[in-house]
Amino acid sequence: MKSRSFRELPLHLMILPGFVLVFIYSYIPMAGIIMAFERLVPSKGMFLSPWVGWANFEYMLRMPGIARVLGNTFFIAAMKMTAGIVVPVTFALLLNEAKNRLFKRGVQTIVYFPHFLSWIILSGILIDILSPSTGIVNGLLGWLGLPSVYFLGDPGWFPFTMAISDTWKEFGYGTIVYLAALAGINPALYEAAEMDGAGRIRQTVSVTLPGLLPIIVLMSVLSLGNVLNAGFDQIFNLYSPQVYETGDIIDTLVYRIGIENANYGVATAVGLFKSVVSFVMVGASYMLAYRLTGYRIF
Amino acid sequence: MVRASFGRRLFVVLNYLFLAATAAACLLPLVNVLAISFSSSSAVAAGQVTLWPVDFSLKSYEFVIGKPEFGNAFLISVLRVAVGMPLNMLLTILIAYPLSKDRKHFRFRNAYAWYFVLTMLFSGGLIPWFMTIKMTGILDTFWALILPSAVPVFNVILLLNFFKSLPDEIEEAAEIDGASRWQALWRIAVPLSAPAIATLTLFCIVTHWNSWFEGLILMNRPEHYPLQSYLQTVIVGRDMALMTAADVARWAEISDRTSKAAQVFVAMLPVLLVYPFLQKHFAEGIVMGSVKG
Repeated sequence: MKSRSFRELPLHLMILPGFVLVFIYSYIPMAGIIMAFERLVPSKGMFLSPWVGWANFEYMLRMPGIARVLGNTFFIAAMKMTAGIVVPVTFALLLNEAKNRLFKRGVQTIVYFPHFLSWIILSGILIDILSPSTGIVNGLLGWLGLPSVYFLGDPGWFPFTMAISDTWKEFGYGTIVYLAALAGINPALYEAAEMDGAGRIRQTVSVTLPGLLPIIVLMSVLSLGNVLNAGFDQIFNLYSPQVYETGDIIDTLVYRIGIENANYGVATAVGLFKSVVSFVMVGASYMLAYRLTGYRIF
Repeated sequence: MVRASFGRRLFVVLNYLFLAATAAACLLPLVNVLAISFSSSSAVAAGQVTLWPVDFSLKSYEFVIGKPEFGNAFLISVLRVAVGMPLNMLLTILIAYPLSKDRKHFRFRNAYAWYFVLTMLFSGGLIPWFMTIKMTGILDTFWALILPSAVPVFNVILLLNFFKSLPDEIEEAAEIDGASRWQALWRIAVPLSAPAIATLTLFCIVTHWNSWFEGLILMNRPEHYPLQSYLQTVIVGRDMALMTAADVARWAEISDRTSKAAQVFVAMLPVLLVYPFLQKHFAEGIVMGSVKG
């Protein structure tokens, strides 16, 4: 009889290549967080540069506008998280009422599509259609007798433009899990409710919503980990210095400090702050999801 | 059958209209840009173009195709997908399979699973990531676009959960017949998971094609940029620096808007091409992996 370790050996070998790559490109950077406490000297590298203690963090706290950047990040992320639940749930409920299968399939095919386009492509499209002078959106507003809006250049509008365009890109894809849950509701429940004299609205309130509730709770809880993810890909490609006041977020700030100004220590410190907060939130949200719905990642 | 009430019928009609309008709102911005790309620059400048090309012209496409940088970046992106996607899939399958076994059959399963999941929960951040890539000597090479993103952990979790849902009996029977672990994986688990693997393959293609940030910061020279990184410099407006004198002359003939629209459309084309295949499977793919009891 071969030993257990020997029988499990092939399983270890299968994992090995991925294990090594993840070690190099995910775990070494985690160790590289030590840079947050150093002043990087390029010749000495990430792990041997001179130690400066908390100096980078002190610098970070003294940076003008750091509180504003945090506020912007949280505000934009919170808008996206809220819309990311409310809009897909509502749309799934309405789509579920459409009984023509061909129509339903067609609508789904169209609304899922923007999810698969990169923010580079969508930025190209948004910059064109939102332009105050030539864009089709302001053309439409003008036709309706409304004043034209500089969606990407007006600091008052910018955070909302981000939330709306992100919702536009992602809501369709977000409906998938809710449509699956709706399809899983036992039709006998509707029949029973109808026998008891419940109308359509009553059926939605008493059968459909309770059926959806567990998945709504799960998706809301899991989204908590995004409180500081305001969406780098989108904002980096659409913002400009004139909207920093309301549009600059942690990730774009890290990029400018670290990559543009080569101030590695401070950028690592700011990034570490974000990673730690996100880790706590994601950890808490997974625990909460497990408690509330028995959800497990694997 | 009881005739539906007036209120009900009104709701049904309004609901269909609303759904159609929402779908249109998702599609029309793309149609607008497509129409601009096929219109003459004078018609575009005059604001005549909405959803159909005005004064049909292929000038902007001639410009894009005649621009060697665009073709070069396009080829790098194709190569990136061709090398990156198979590597992603091989590693995903090789990690997901052992992790789909329970602890009775693979003692270290949980430790390994947490090792991979932890990387989804916590990261070193941008700068240490950049420094690590620099340290491994692949900065400004093609491999910087491949190796750091070689293990898509989220896909591993999806496939792991799919493997878990396969009936154990088939593999047990194969093992009794003398099949090795490797044979059980490649001859049984993989063929039985074909729909899930097809979905993940398409996800990897789209992810590699769409990714732009790595190209932008890990490549020092614009000649090494994949398409989306190159396009980023064009759209966010640092295009002039990358243009040769001959480009500027040709560019003067067509407007900035039509040329950008054409480039956006060409970059979107591959995603449009795989979308029908993707769309067929991904709904089940998402649901199977992310939302299970």
